[in-house]
Amino acid sequence: MAELTYREAVARGIAQEMARDENVVFLGEDIAKAGGVFKATVGLLEQFGPKRVVDTAISEQAILGAAMGAAMTGLKPIAEIMFADFIAVCYDYIANEFPKTRYMTNGQVSIPLVVRCGNGGGARFGAQHSQSVENWCMQFPGLKVVAPSSPVDVVGLLAAAVRDPDPVIFLEHKSLYATKGEVPDGEIVDRLGVAKILRPGKDATILALGMMVPRALQAAATLQSEHGIDCEVIDVRSLVPLDTQCILGSVARTGRVFTVEENPRQLGWGAELVSIIADESFYDLDGPPIRITTPNIPLPAADALEDLAIPSVSRVVETIRRSLSA
Amino acid sequence: MANKLAPSPPTTIHGQSDAIEIPLTKRMEMYRLLSLLRQSEQRAYDLFLQNLIKGTSHLSLGQEAVAAGAAAAMQPGDLSFCTYRGHAHTLARGVPVEKVLGELMGRDNGLMRGKGGSMHLTSIEHGVMGSYAIIGAHLPIACGAAWRAQYKGHKDVSVCFFGDGTTNIGAFHEALNFAAYMKLPVVFVCENNLYMEYTPIADVIPVKHPAADRAAAYGLDRIVVDGNDVDVVYQTMSQAFARARAGKGPSLIECLTYRYSGHSRADPAKYRPAGELDKWKELDPIKAYRKRLGSLGVQNDKLDAIDAEILKLIDDATKACQAAPPTSTDILFTDVYADGGCAWRN
Repeated sequence: MAELTYREAVARGIAQEMARDENVVFLGEDIAKAGGVFKATVGLLEQFGPKRVVDTAISEQAILGAAMGAAMTGLKPIAEIMFADFIAVCYDYIANEFPKTRYMTNGQVSIPLVVRCGNGGGARFGAQHSQSVENWCMQFPGLKVVAPSSPVDVVGLLAAAVRDPDPVIFLEHKSLYATKGEVPDGEIVDRLGVAKILRPGKDATILALGMMVPRALQAAATLQSEHGIDCEVIDVRSLVPLDTQCILGSVARTGRVFTVEENPRQLGWGAELVSIIADESFYDLDGPPIRITTPNIPLPAADALEDLAIPSVSRVVETIRRSLSA
Repeated sequence: MANKLAPSPPTTIHGQSDAIEIPLTKRMEMYRLLSLLRQSEQRAYDLFLQNLIKGTSHLSLGQEAVAAGAAAAMQPGDLSFCTYRGHAHTLARGVPVEKVLGELMGRDNGLMRGKGGSMHLTSIEHGVMGSYAIIGAHLPIACGAAWRAQYKGHKDVSVCFFGDGTTNIGAFHEALNFAAYMKLPVVFVCENNLYMEYTPIADVIPVKHPAADRAAAYGLDRIVVDGNDVDVVYQTMSQAFARARAGKGPSLIECLTYRYSGHSRADPAKYRPAGELDKWKELDPIKAYRKRLGSLGVQNDKLDAIDAEILKLIDDATKACQAAPPTSTDILFTDVYADGGCAWRN
């Protein structure tokens, strides 16, 4: 067991898979010699060499297209799109190519690849380097979407993503890179599509993802200690495939559900989850499902503004307290 | 416009002045391909008019020499990446006509059982790695397949066909840069038929040759050839493939040609100046090749017999498609994910 940062966990996860399978290759901008702009891929070039760890030009379409062609013909590429916002300049692959090719070819083509991105806000980078793009990705049948919140999940879910036969979008949270957690020694392989109950509780279910997970846990601790409200906190971890059973089971026990989403409100991932809960667990609910989100605005750069926009621990506490006492 | 109509004389590439000798058996193979592609596309057009093919379709009538010459130069195991105008390139790699027509007609005997349609013809077992309907998308994808070949030490070449309209989209330039600096075994083939969709390419670019005039930006040779001359296409491709297999990197080849029909089924091509089509029909690749074969001593009877044999093959395929059931509806939900289904949640 070792304490690793989230960024060290990224390099450890990639190294674990590259050491296991020589078909795993890694490409992206500044990932090799520079070790990544978030320093999440330090040491991989030295360990695996320039044939397998490839610095590219600033060419997101070339990165994703090449990853696809390599995946179609037998490699298992990991492609880095530095900031998740840059998915917008190579969206054709995310929207049209990766997810539809297996279906259109009647199952002739497999695309086993992973696209890693630095997702999310909190770093004062402004509206084009801070977005949470889960819903840009989860709307396409054929794609899988994963977002780890802890170092151990980074290693395990990355391994699961690399070994998965489908294309996986792997959203690392850039404000979590410096956070630390215990990671067991040896090989770690998790499963996609399994949510984790991080804190059991009986009064309300909180569904969270990425950086919202530590905030939800903190909020639950405050709600317990200051208001006597016992919340169950679920790290959704994987939006596609989605662990609906874990979520609906929790709602059946608590009768209330709150999503904590970093994305702007319009069409955030929580909207889909709440719709499923409304369809399938309506009679388990003792009150309306409530979404706690960033408002429908581009993210601002200044710390005072960004902190106000993204759901904070105190906003989560206040929203849940008011709603349960109503 | 008139000065842009006539194909340029073929230019040799990579400093090799000796044209590759083409044995007569190879020439007859190419004639057969030309005949197959021409007659298959004509059949596809006829089936549209009978409303037996729905949706859209982009025919290669007039452009057959590019597909035939390229395919004749490929080795088994080489990989083709095509556009939505991909019927000819798919057939040229040996995919049965019945499979292609069946796909166009939405029948259960189709190449992808009707799940892809005209614009997405794919047959991995024949090295047809897909037909891509988003302009430019497949150039980086072909680079990826070539990267795999380089990484694994495989000797196959990836060949990527696209139109003149592709040369102004970002993916074209990203792919050329990637392929050139990585020295990938990929051959980019621009079929310059003078029109993007409805607008002449010459109206929207500052250079004469949309692909070749950009080659220098990526350290590649400027190659423009007569895309209506199947021998020239074959020779040029053969040299490019040899270069790719020798680890010397990519080539970008601009083939001048012309499409006889509109961009797609919906397009009557009224934007073309009067007389342009007729002028190009004088340069018809099949007519020209019959003449050349004649000068090499091949009797017309022999070529007519090949045409008749191909026609019978296409007639038989058409009958088989008409007799085939519509695509089975039980495949609506299959093959979204690798587990064979479409479940995204438990």
